[in-house]
Amino acid sequence: MEEEVSSSILSNEKGKKVILLGNEAIVRGALEAGIGFASTYPGTPASEVGDTFSAIAKKVGIYFEYSTNEKVALEVAMGSSFSGVRSLVSMKQFGVNVAADSLMPLAYVGPNAGMVIMVADDPGCWSSAQSEQDTRYYARMSHIPMLEPSDPQECKDFVKIAFDLSEKFKIPFFVRTTTRVSHERGIVQLDNLTIGKTKGFFQKDMSKFNIMPPNTMRLHKEMLDKIEKIRQISEKMSFVFNGNVKSKLGIIVSGVSFNYVMESLIDLNIRLPVLKLSLTYPVPEEKIKDFIKKFNSVLVVEELEPILEEEILALAKNVSPKLKVYGKKNDYLPKVGEYDEEIVITALTRITGRELGISLKKYLKKFKEIKIPRRFAVLCAGCPHRATFWATKIAAGKNTIFGGDIGCYILGIYPPYHTQDFVFSMGASEGIVHGIEKVTDQKVIAFIGDSTFFHGGMPGLVNIVFNKSKPLIIVMDNRITGMTGHQPNPGVGRTGMGEKTKEIKIEKIVKAFGIKHVKVVDPFNVNKMIKIIRKFLQKDEVSVIVAKRECRLLTMRRKLRADEKIYKYEIDQNKCKRCGTCLFYFACPAIYEKGGIFNIDKNLCTGCGVCTQVCPYKAIRKVKK
Amino acid sequence: MKEFNIVIAGVGGQGVITLMRIIAEAALNQGYDVKTSELHGLAQRGGPISCHVRFGDKIYSPLVMQGEAHIIFALEPLEALRTSYYGSKENKTIFFVNNYPIIPLSVPVTKEIYPPIIEINEILKDFSSKVISLNVSEIVRKEGGNIVLTNIFMLGYVVGNNLIPLEKEFVIEAIKETVPKKYLGSNIQIFDLGYNLKIPSR
Repeated sequence: MEEEVSSSILSNEKGKKVILLGNEAIVRGALEAGIGFASTYPGTPASEVGDTFSAIAKKVGIYFEYSTNEKVALEVAMGSSFSGVRSLVSMKQFGVNVAADSLMPLAYVGPNAGMVIMVADDPGCWSSAQSEQDTRYYARMSHIPMLEPSDPQECKDFVKIAFDLSEKFKIPFFVRTTTRVSHERGIVQLDNLTIGKTKGFFQKDMSKFNIMPPNTMRLHKEMLDKIEKIRQISEKMSFVFNGNVKSKLGIIVSGVSFNYVMESLIDLNIRLPVLKLSLTYPVPEEKIKDFIKKFNSVLVVEELEPILEEEILALAKNVSPKLKVYGKKNDYLPKVGEYDEEIVITALTRITGRELGISLKKYLKKFKEIKIPRRFAVLCAGCPHRATFWATKIAAGKNTIFGGDIGCYILGIYPPYHTQDFVFSMGASEGIVHGIEKVTDQKVIAFIGDSTFFHGGMPGLVNIVFNKSKPLIIVMDNRITGMTGHQPNPGVGRTGMGEKTKEIKIEKIVKAFGIKHVKVVDPFNVNKMIKIIRKFLQKDEVSVIVAKRECRLLTMRRKLRADEKIYKYEIDQNKCKRCGTCLFYFACPAIYEKGGIFNIDKNLCTGCGVCTQVCPYKAIRKVKK
Repeated sequence: MKEFNIVIAGVGGQGVITLMRIIAEAALNQGYDVKTSELHGLAQRGGPISCHVRFGDKIYSPLVMQGEAHIIFALEPLEALRTSYYGSKENKTIFFVNNYPIIPLSVPVTKEIYPPIIEINEILKDFSSKVISLNVSEIVRKEGGNIVLTNIFMLGYVVGNNLIPLEKEFVIEAIKETVPKKYLGSNIQIFDLGYNLKIPSR
């Protein structure tokens, strides 16, 4: 992990005010609640929860692991809670899709010790590419209660509440954040740390763990009863702000949007009653009914899907049939993208006629007229993926279909690489290229990372062997889970506790699947990579290249720490023909052009030397000294 | 004080988040409520980064609203443009731009145009009451510092010239809390250089 953890996370000064990242506050809450076991599969915006546990687990004497995927991470946490040790599992929103198969029966059975499932949604897709999934639907589908903190203080407090309620009602709890809560820093007032139980005992109990009909239906009924009891608590966890204000309009809000609403009221200089929901599944029906009865209209502010809005509309039918509900369904608020104060102000201005003293539109119009060159995220200088993409494009040609997957190599979607013709979900590259290969005569290559291979790539590859297609699979093995901040995976030989473990070799796995054509190639050896790709593309059955080379950021960090010499490269201006291949087509961020002259920025060059093999005129050389 | 809103813009690796953390800790030390917002993951790989810090008596939102920034630190001129809509004449926004361009790959690869610095500063005037444009990275390099300390110099400069309502002692304390011990000396030294450089009068 590369993020620095706030040192105050382990402070035992009760009442002390410290600044914590939302995700750190989640961990702090778990530590105050006496957690004994934590697990995750890294995924931004939830990554720092696992990374913080990884940094402190040994010190505080609890167990933490990076599991192979979110389903496994959920299951190991279940095992702990079934055995009486409090557990927390964290994941990004898409992780819940992976874990869903075990999630559904979990609410029927329930844990013995408190169990919290922390999930981070990402409205606006700041760190997730594929969809603006709203995980709140999972709470409703699985009947797992959900708490939604709106800032770091609530992150800490709600995790503690979730543990206690989970243990009391024997049902797991979701704590759901969004990017702006997970990646917000704010002041958190600390309570004492609690030394939690780390050793438990699994008590066999067939009345609980036997989920076979008719038991399943009995457990289903018991679970629904629990939800109704928890609804009583939800009633007490909702608060009305500006409750004494006389108004025809009220606002109902949850999560980070609460902050935008409060700021909007200040900036528009109006006071309106605001009902803030915290335990958002099950919703506090009585509290909502009491609130909406007082108004002619309410504005419902929630990011993504109109979930609360629909539930409020249904409640209004009985108690306040004439109530006008402003929200997404009548386009007062957008269904797409994340919210901010501007969006809330726009809606409030439309409803109340109140305006800001400043014309945002005028400025926005001016801003939109500015031509700003795009700055897309790029593969780092010396990234082995760039070398692999370069070799693949030369060897395979542009008519080959490139299946993409999830990891740093997703950046291959951008020019000049264009080596990700589609990207869907963890491990999906293999299934999709198999399907394409079955119904077309096109050549197909799937790119998949090492962590992604362990996470969800193995079933797809087994299927390729089983059902006989012949794609080339290139495993981009950079010896780490890169994009999410350098977490270890099963191929690395180190656990989340920092202990040594077996290093599972991908080449051995794929050979065991019965694949004959398997080669481990160093991406920095461009010619060899080109040769092997060409050879394997001619094969009449599936082939696998493990493109193995450590993430350059890790290499550089290690070299710096060891005071090892880092060689730099330069362009011999006498040999350079100014063709621009190194910059326009290889696109290393350390290479730049000024007035038609190409050069290498010594501060950025990491000394990989791949550009010497890319230059058609052999004009790039190692700097002597 | 009701609120003070800061946007810090730059490119991944320029120390945007570190600067944000120091300001937040300083605000806490001085007794303010404080909220910040940052982004991780996909955006970090050489992409544009912008962080927000807000402090004051009571702060709800971690995000600065359009037009409401009091100061915008741009560690790279293009990123000043990209965040210019956080500034406005009404809120007397100050842009502090490190005049040290990092050319994005879209310029050579897809032939997009990097506007001249003079033009950038002209545009920023429409969104502010003052634009301070200095090649801070070059100053830091000339003083023998590593250019990753550009952020610290800029912080020293705004504190020294009273462009931010934070006292020096609280900021120094925050630097001590945030920066690894090994680099503390060089950070303080560069901070002081910025602190003592006065805005040229004209």
